[in-house]
Amino acid sequence: MLSEINNSLKNSKVGAKVVVAMSGGVDSSMAAKLLVDAGYAVVGITMKLWGYKDSGGNVVEDSNCCSLDDIHNAAIVCTQLGIPHYTLDYSEKFREMVVKNFVEEYKRGRTPNPCVLCNTEMKWRALLEKVDDLGADYIATGHYARKVRNPETGAWRIARARDEKKDQSYVLWGIQPDGLAQTLFPLGDLTKDEIRALAAASNLRTAHTPESQDICFIPDNDYRRFLKEKHATDLVDVAPGDIMDMHGEKLGEHKGIPFYTVGQRKGLGLATGEPMFVTQIDKERNTIRVGHREETLSETFLVEDLNWFEEVPAGESVRVFAHIRYNHPGEWATVTVETDGVARVVYDNPQAAITPGQSAVFYQEDQVLGGGHIKEVVFEKESVEIEV
Amino acid sequence: MFAHDGGNGMNRIYLDYAATTPVRPEVIDAMTRAMETVPGNPSSIYTTGRLAKYQLTQARDELAAVLGVPGNELIFTSGGTEADNLAIKGLALANQHKGRHIITSQVEHKAVLDSCHRLQEWGFEVTYLPTDKWGLVDPEVLRAALRPDTILVSLIWVNNELGSVNPIAELGKVVQQHGALFHTDAVQSLGRLTINAGNLPVNALSVSAHKIYGPKGVGALWLRKGTALQPLVEGGAQESNLRGGTENLPGIVGFATAARLIEKERSARWAEEQALMDDLRRELAEIPGVRINTHPEQRVPTILNISIPHVDGESLFINLDLASVAVSNGSACTSGAQQPSSVLTAIGLPDDLARATIRISIGRETTRETLGSFTEILKREVHKLQKKSKAIA
Repeated sequence: MLSEINNSLKNSKVGAKVVVAMSGGVDSSMAAKLLVDAGYAVVGITMKLWGYKDSGGNVVEDSNCCSLDDIHNAAIVCTQLGIPHYTLDYSEKFREMVVKNFVEEYKRGRTPNPCVLCNTEMKWRALLEKVDDLGADYIATGHYARKVRNPETGAWRIARARDEKKDQSYVLWGIQPDGLAQTLFPLGDLTKDEIRALAAASNLRTAHTPESQDICFIPDNDYRRFLKEKHATDLVDVAPGDIMDMHGEKLGEHKGIPFYTVGQRKGLGLATGEPMFVTQIDKERNTIRVGHREETLSETFLVEDLNWFEEVPAGESVRVFAHIRYNHPGEWATVTVETDGVARVVYDNPQAAITPGQSAVFYQEDQVLGGGHIKEVVFEKESVEIEV
Repeated sequence: MFAHDGGNGMNRIYLDYAATTPVRPEVIDAMTRAMETVPGNPSSIYTTGRLAKYQLTQARDELAAVLGVPGNELIFTSGGTEADNLAIKGLALANQHKGRHIITSQVEHKAVLDSCHRLQEWGFEVTYLPTDKWGLVDPEVLRAALRPDTILVSLIWVNNELGSVNPIAELGKVVQQHGALFHTDAVQSLGRLTINAGNLPVNALSVSAHKIYGPKGVGALWLRKGTALQPLVEGGAQESNLRGGTENLPGIVGFATAARLIEKERSARWAEEQALMDDLRRELAEIPGVRINTHPEQRVPTILNISIPHVDGESLFINLDLASVAVSNGSACTSGAQQPSSVLTAIGLPDDLARATIRISIGRETTRETLGSFTEILKREVHKLQKKSKAIA
């Protein structure tokens, strides 16, 4: 196993200086340990992103990252490893960059993925600046992902982790190419089971920490409660509106656009007798469209905020395997970059509930070519009627 | 540059004596002897207990002599923080029939500020006096704030972050003329200034052992005879019924020894430290845009507080630690996050400057060479970060 660990880190010079982003969990703790063992000069940094009093709900403070316990654990692990540790306060920036966007996206009728934005803006932008201040060569995290180099172009790409169940390459598409060049993923060639076993064997304090939450700042996973309780003032202009079927027939009323997501079935309050799913959320008209399961299927969508690890020029098309949400199994698609910085994606087979605001991530074999945010779905039959 | 000592040792350049000091060998000896030879509980009435009581009384008198007060007016506590809590809450609670107004300043130690916040929750009114840019309270400002219902004034003597020295006798006189009680946090004064508390217009005074090369976890409150105080820790008749719990005899012996030793060396050390600090102050004044927050005259020679513009404070402190320098930063760790210290905000520093504020505090082991290396490292790191911030701006 050790040869595999070293294999994943061999592209960097030994003795190089690395800042490891440490959450206080087992993964980032082991990332730090593997780097120390491989001969790097390592500094642990815990980014304080969130205060749990700001989450509301039934939150058990010490079971979440960013709690005092987790920060303390990260510090203890660093002491066990004989490396320095610092806690840096990024909570203001996190609120401004990530949480604000989260609320605004729901208000626009979209479904955000804050983890993607946090990686892009907090870790691979804000923390990367600090890495430079400290004269370090690399940033490292406990993500399950790898990075590989295209031997022809020399460009770095993110690649899937060896542990396919834990693979987190999807949430890393927003890293800028020069940031990726400065990145190490020490866990990429190991499985979660191996990581846990190694952590236990090295008696790391965090060896048995629980798996982290889906959305760290909403530990009870109830985003609707979070919006209502903590962002009531942002929601004053949110009003109820119509729920319609795909032909424009009114079926019921919704409580406000932010409380619905595309693909949602439960909680619609419809008496249709058969299961109905949200297919579209129209912020302009304050309406929600619902349809039968097959009516959530679509092939074509537009992607914005594109980031490519290897640039695809405007006008060109590439064949990719595209994922449209974190646990989506993926499907083959053709991506065409249009001139306005938007990409048109056409799936070979229709996919259910393609959701604006979520990330579309494009793979070639096990490598991430690029990604972006889903802007809108192009509905073949009803598009004229709905869009105009 | 990443040659960090890790979790195992001290930073090579330790300049944070105001945070804590290494215990001196004579103190370790005295404490070890106390643990080996005085096993009893001072409250026990048999011989072993009486012997412990004797040792406790000896130590009490030893510390009292340094403070210039009678031994039976000392209340031993778990440290300076408990002494401050006991003074503020205990004096307020015991004297609230006379009034419920308290005066303190905006630059106090957190032990005092947090105790005052608690009293506000309990229905007391608290006035937080502003200070000048060195953190000093003007006696006239204090006089103007006194009200008929003011029962207690608490002002720090030597400011722990800034090193500036409040005119405690003058301030005390103002309080005395009014008739309120006066408490001072003297944690940073002991070992540096002549305390002579008995002759000061002060009713209560807090001190701590680990700032004077004594052990952590022991402090004391001096309470002038005849001052009403409500105890906070109850469960025994120890410390004149004012602080329950079996006495920390080895700690108290260590405290007394440390106090006796530092008092003996005090005036000689002052001259040495003054020479070192004057040079350091001159050297650091050369840093572009630097602001010095320690009063030029009314100060102790062991603390210097400076703010450095155009640098990211966090990065500076990390880089200093990585270069094996230990100094204190201008932040207080609240909930794991760094907030600018309220003291620095109170003396008018904007947030970014407060974050890039350094407290350098020297002590017995500090040499000219230590300070020379420190100055060199600090100037190098500041230069790098200032260059970078200008490149961005």
